Amino acid sequence: MIKSLNTFETLLSYSEENNLPIYKIMEEVESRAFDITVEEIRKKVKHNVDEMKNSIKNGLACREKSQSGLSGGDCAKLREKFKTTPALFGSLYEKISTYSLAVIEENARMGKIVACPTAGSCGIVSSVLVALSEELNLTEEDEINMLITAGAIGHIVSIKLAPAGAVGGCQAECGLASAMAAAACTCARKGTTKQIIHSATLALKNILGLTCDPVLGLVEVPCVKRNVFLATYSITASELAMAGIESKIAPDDVVDALVQTGQLMSPLLKETSQGGLAFTKSADNFKETIKF
Amino acid sequence: MKQHSLFDIISPVMIGPSSSHMAGAIRLGLMAGKIYSSTIKKVTFKLYNSFAETGKGHGTDKGLMAGLIGLSADDIRVRTVFDLEEVKKIDYKYEFSHNLDRHPNAVDFIINDETVISGNSTGGGNIEITKINEFETSISGEYPTIIVFYKDKPGMISRVTELILEKHINVATLNCTRNAKGETASMCICLDSPAENGVAEKISALEDVYFVRNIDKMDS
Repeated sequence: MIKSLNTFETLLSYSEENNLPIYKIMEEVESRAFDITVEEIRKKVKHNVDEMKNSIKNGLACREKSQSGLSGGDCAKLREKFKTTPALFGSLYEKISTYSLAVIEENARMGKIVACPTAGSCGIVSSVLVALSEELNLTEEDEINMLITAGAIGHIVSIKLAPAGAVGGCQAECGLASAMAAAACTCARKGTTKQIIHSATLALKNILGLTCDPVLGLVEVPCVKRNVFLATYSITASELAMAGIESKIAPDDVVDALVQTGQLMSPLLKETSQGGLAFTKSADNFKETIKF
Repeated sequence: MKQHSLFDIISPVMIGPSSSHMAGAIRLGLMAGKIYSSTIKKVTFKLYNSFAETGKGHGTDKGLMAGLIGLSADDIRVRTVFDLEEVKKIDYKYEFSHNLDRHPNAVDFIINDETVISGNSTGGGNIEITKINEFETSISGEYPTIIVFYKDKPGMISRVTELILEKHINVATLNCTRNAKGETASMCICLDSPAENGVAEKISALEDVYFVRNIDKMDS
């Protein structure tokens, strides 16, 4: 019986001692805490998987700009490019990059998306989950397990750090999303609990310090392209972990470093749009030209 | 202490572009509508700080109105809310201001020139209703919640909780505040299961109770 899931150490030891995968442990914890059956949990998760697929479909079908005009249309561009010049990294890469762009562009157009963990990072887990499912011919059950596994990673991190750019910078949003996507990817490839945790840890470790400096405060620049970068990046973390490569810094220590880095980060770089990219000549020019 | 859920992380399914500026705005509107719970003819939305600065670009104005008329955070009609017939009937306006004493994402709903409901969008689509007229509250929508305004005098809390006990409903949290001794006080009761019809009516019927609302938990 596990009551709460606060650390990666608890997750790993409970998983190894009881021979349970991460998703089952998360289901158990959620079921007990909120008095809800595992069946109900999985049904709700499936709904979110379905909505992720819808957001990809809608995003791929649209090339409209957002209200500000700062984003939209790049997904179509990338797809056209892949038709004539395939991606160096192959079809999985093509899917993850176009799907992530589709979802995050849809978000900027006020389309329907799944915030995972946030709206500004919605393209990352969605694209990795759906692209892998298609490429590896996964089942609906596998998809649900992947999303719960990703959720377990986010759950543990979010107990120490709220997934919000205003609190921890972009490392707490797109950074966390990439760790969750890495875990989902490793889960899909039947990695062990240790490998899943280390894939998430390696992803987190390498985005420490990522700031949140959106131009005009909008979830567009740099958020849209950043979703593509961090979605594809999560696969690297999974590859390393599947090879048995581990983070030298323990997973819970990496979370502590993430929290500390978030605290040390200047407020000017935490969703206030007063520093970084938001505080450039180019950003000023947009301020002049974009009116709502 | 807030219990963390898996669905805090992999939800909500929502209309973009921002969980705090859109999903949170819609939920604040929904909650304000439930608290007011009668016909809205006129509303002024006062947006503060980041809500005021970047709200328009994020569609926060649309979200607040959408919630107020009962649309949920994943309803695609949010995008075109000002074209809806029921919105065209409302006399609405938006005001934007700065007040560092307020939360970065704060809003006041001034409804029919009589009720002021204030709240904050606290991140990730989560919200908190902080004030109803002059009363401080803390309503997040995570639990079924009963709000009671009453005259501050001995025995009021036990009379109200007695009626909840009768239905065998467990109280998760209970917060009371008052303006001054013997003046109007407020009670915010979060429940583990929804109060059946009749509980709110029984509380309303108690002597010296001025206002009662029974508010459902919000969907994640």
